[in-house]
Amino acid sequence: MKILVCVSNVPDTTTKITFTDNNTQFNTNGVQFILNPYDEIALSRAIELTDGGKGAVTVINVGEVNTEATIRKALAIGATDAVRINAKPHDAWYVAYQIAEYVKANPFDLILTGRESIDYNGSKIAGMLGELLDLPSVSIIKKLDAADKEATVEREIEGGKELLTIPYPFVAGTAEGVAEPKIPNMRGIMSARTKPLAVVEPVEVKTYSEVLSYETPAPRGQVKLVPADDTAKLVELLHTEARVI
Amino acid sequence: MSVLIYAENAGGKFKKSIFEAVTYARAIADQNKTNLVAISIGDVSKDELAALGKYGAEKVLNVSGDKLKNFINQAYASIIAEAAKKQSADIVVLSNTFSGRGLAPRLGVKLQAGVADGAVALPEQNGGKFTIKKTAFSGKAFAIVELTSANKVIALVPNSYKVVETGGTAQVEDFAAETKESDFRAVIKEIVRSTDKISLPDAEIVVSAGRGLKGPENWGMVEELAELLGAATACSKPVSDAGWRPHSEHVGQTGIAVSPNLYIAIGISGAIQHLAGISSSKVIVVINKDPEAPFFKVADYGIVGDAFEVVPQLIAAVKEYKASA
Repeated sequence: MKILVCVSNVPDTTTKITFTDNNTQFNTNGVQFILNPYDEIALSRAIELTDGGKGAVTVINVGEVNTEATIRKALAIGATDAVRINAKPHDAWYVAYQIAEYVKANPFDLILTGRESIDYNGSKIAGMLGELLDLPSVSIIKKLDAADKEATVEREIEGGKELLTIPYPFVAGTAEGVAEPKIPNMRGIMSARTKPLAVVEPVEVKTYSEVLSYETPAPRGQVKLVPADDTAKLVELLHTEARVI
Repeated sequence: MSVLIYAENAGGKFKKSIFEAVTYARAIADQNKTNLVAISIGDVSKDELAALGKYGAEKVLNVSGDKLKNFINQAYASIIAEAAKKQSADIVVLSNTFSGRGLAPRLGVKLQAGVADGAVALPEQNGGKFTIKKTAFSGKAFAIVELTSANKVIALVPNSYKVVETGGTAQVEDFAAETKESDFRAVIKEIVRSTDKISLPDAEIVVSAGRGLKGPENWGMVEELAELLGAATACSKPVSDAGWRPHSEHVGQTGIAVSPNLYIAIGISGAIQHLAGISSSKVIVVINKDPEAPFFKVADYGIVGDAFEVVPQLIAAVKEYKASA
């Protein structure tokens, strides 16, 4: 089985998010970039599914040269090879279009993405790839079991879950539960340096969205402390002042 | 031009998040002085469909059929896109639910539309410029995004827009849409709904607990408090990682982002990753024995005290309040 895992390079989860240039640019100063945690889950499952010579896992990223450290991390975790489409990831549509063009020339049995990237939280790549490639897509899955011709996936729905079978090829966005994230071992780290990483130039495409500026959530007022032995006071405040119960 | 709202049903009924989305779509239609058409796919009664008029839909397109009883991403996207074209809708609104998040990107491609997922406010339309505020960095910030395409797809975050009932009944019309065999490659085998519990993304009140509870055996009081308040239960990442609670309850940067009216955090220190997922909650209550816990800095109300003493007292106080109300 040939699996493609789409990965993105995102700020570490502990990052305090700030902006510069009149709130129009994300302040990357001192920010550590990592492999998107949901993509790590997708990659880990892909490696499990192909373990023991049952296939190969390619990772693909749309990014400039500075994302290569993250791509090498994916190779260290166990991907077979990698592709970087040499462009700034303008928006989800741009990224999906570039990856779809690559897949049209290099077909895969299964395409995995993380359910969303933790920077723009779009969860759009899986669906857009599905549409661009005329493949079924399932956006947020918690389980993925692969058989010969089809896979069984568990999709999250509000207040429950849904089991689906989908024939290959298809696209899926993975969430927690699909696999435990794998940690690269020393052999993986050493071999990652020499695994193939192809750099592909992007194709021209029109884009449909533009980030103009950012805002941070409004700060909350000073916390109102209620004595531990007066929970009735808290209930009263929630009822009469906050009006939430 | 017109605005099309996809009204997603759950077991034949519409939830509050859909009423919010219809109200929101009505406001967008008003901004553009145009009409609002809703589309429903699946098995929904005529009365339930007509009731969408209360929130501002003038017309409801009803799509039903054996193959369309349950949500199949690709097929539903084909139908909604076709309806958008037939109604000359240039703005399509969805609720940012699990299914909505699967549909929005497919619709974006089909309609060659910019997609604003995770929208939290009405768009601003000035001089042909269409901008909208959406969540970014997992709740740590918002981005103001301009959609530059002629068609637009917007997915509204549940509990971020207030439902308004303007009265009225919508006209219900059957709508037959063409689907291709290939739209049905994914096949649903089983749907499991836990009907006894309020789902986390839908909840107006969330009671959440962390490692301070010491073990899964101590969740009884969390569940009791949640049940009393009509709340959903949630937990922090270390708790779901340890297997004390299911992953579906994990709230935070790599879990679910919630924006309830009331978020009660018990024994959660308030790591930045957790705060990211809950920062758009309207009111935050923190119960923690450590007065230095970072969570107090973002809380509206706090109790410094041992959860094992405070929570049972709080349960008693809520019972007393409910008895007197």
